[in-house]
Amino acid sequence: MNIVERFKNYLLRHVQVMLSSLGELWRHPLASTMTIVVIGIALALPAGLLVMLTNITQISGQWQDSHQISLFLNEEVGDTRGQQLAEQLLSWPDISAVEFQSSNDSLREFRELSGLGSLLDNLPKNPLPAVIIVRAADDFSETENIEDLLERLARMQDIALAQLDMQWLQRLRSLNQTAQRAVQILAALLSVSVLLVIGNTIRLSILNRQAEIRVVKLVGGTNAFVRRPFLYTGFWYGLLGGIIAWLTLQTSLAVINDPIKALASQYDTVFRFDWLAGELFLALPLTGVLLGVLGAWLAVGKHLNAIEPN
Amino acid sequence: MINFNQVYKRYPNQHEALSGLSFQLERGDMAFLTGHSGAGKSTLLKLIALIERSTHGQVIINNQNLGRMPKWKIPYYRRMIGLVFQDHNLLHDRTVFDNVALPLIIAGENHREIGRRVRAALDKVGLLGKERNLPIALSGGEQQRVGIARAVVNRPPILLADEPTGNLDPELSQEIMQLFEQFNQVGVTVFIASHDHELISRMPYRRIVLQNGKLAD
Repeated sequence: MNIVERFKNYLLRHVQVMLSSLGELWRHPLASTMTIVVIGIALALPAGLLVMLTNITQISGQWQDSHQISLFLNEEVGDTRGQQLAEQLLSWPDISAVEFQSSNDSLREFRELSGLGSLLDNLPKNPLPAVIIVRAADDFSETENIEDLLERLARMQDIALAQLDMQWLQRLRSLNQTAQRAVQILAALLSVSVLLVIGNTIRLSILNRQAEIRVVKLVGGTNAFVRRPFLYTGFWYGLLGGIIAWLTLQTSLAVINDPIKALASQYDTVFRFDWLAGELFLALPLTGVLLGVLGAWLAVGKHLNAIEPN
Repeated sequence: MINFNQVYKRYPNQHEALSGLSFQLERGDMAFLTGHSGAGKSTLLKLIALIERSTHGQVIINNQNLGRMPKWKIPYYRRMIGLVFQDHNLLHDRTVFDNVALPLIIAGENHREIGRRVRAALDKVGLLGKERNLPIALSGGEQQRVGIARAVVNRPPILLADEPTGNLDPELSQEIMQLFEQFNQVGVTVFIASHDHELISRMPYRRIVLQNGKLAD
């Protein structure tokens, strides 16, 4: 046999083993399905949480860019004075933009957004103050600087209240980071459980085929030859589990799509939820395959030596 | 071809299966290995097939010192030894054809070559018509002949058999022995462990008799 032919036979053999190990799963549909679904759920859970967190991060990221301070002016400060104050603030080096909003503007905005306009009609006068919305310059946006700026603004005599709009966002971000860690830990644990599920399934099939493995070794089968069908079994479990995970995820997300849209509209956000469908379609089966082959490898490795006639 | 030089085999439980055994078989020899049960016959064959390693002494097979053979080479080494077992060691969920083809598949032969050689081996043992059967559908003698076909299908220079006629009646045993003779006539070194004294005394081959792990006088 020359090299080329040897290689051709080798590849052909791989394809045969690949198909026959799939056939093996097919012959035990109930057991195979249960294993595959368990793997699918274990993969889908962290992936789903990851999708949610990614979206939350993205959305909060959009808001985060602007470190915004709202300055509520004293009641007696008129529109002209307010405008002047705004222009004066714009010349500060740590302020990149200002926007003046008169008390009438505030009223209009409140009417539009709250839907409580008719209630305002009953009030004797406009209760809303004029507002200057200040955006801190980017390089001044670190927390310490922004708090310093906040303090200086609050001390100004025309200003009744200076409020950093983003405090809740920082809390959300910390919360989000914590959640991300938790999801990472969960993903690691569930990966281990996928390894164990596949390892255990392969272990059982090794025990069933112990006589065969012994014979193969006695007639000169290498460890690689013995391992191969089990690795392909792990491969199929992982691949099919990954596909199940993807389908589960897409179905679940489709179900919660409408509530999310409703939620988004309440927050008045241009809020496009990203299912990460494409990325996950690659990542889930790939992760499944990696875990499947690794789990099979570990299980067979342990038993290869046990069966070794030495 | 088979060369034992002061070979000892001691098991972890301190039982000494072979103690200082030395003998040689030349290429193309045919010989019987006899002795009471527990005399070390199986241990000796296991050392040749590298299923076990000796505790002391040299086992040299086909000019290869087995004591120095690294683990990864063992499968390739085993491909030049045909093994026949008392209980056949067939795979019962595979057809006769697939059982016999196993060593060729392992060696990476191509499809056409496998078909050709499996049929040649089955023809030799007189089972050409039964290649599609499962082993369970065959008689004990036929199963043993499948085992022999599998052992010779990749034309190994050495054929080892451990009590190959242990479960067969005298007539079938005779047939099996004749098969071994045929392989020996085409140059294969044949070494058969057997306690069937009546059968082997009728055959004109060398006898290596073990007694308590040594050659009997």
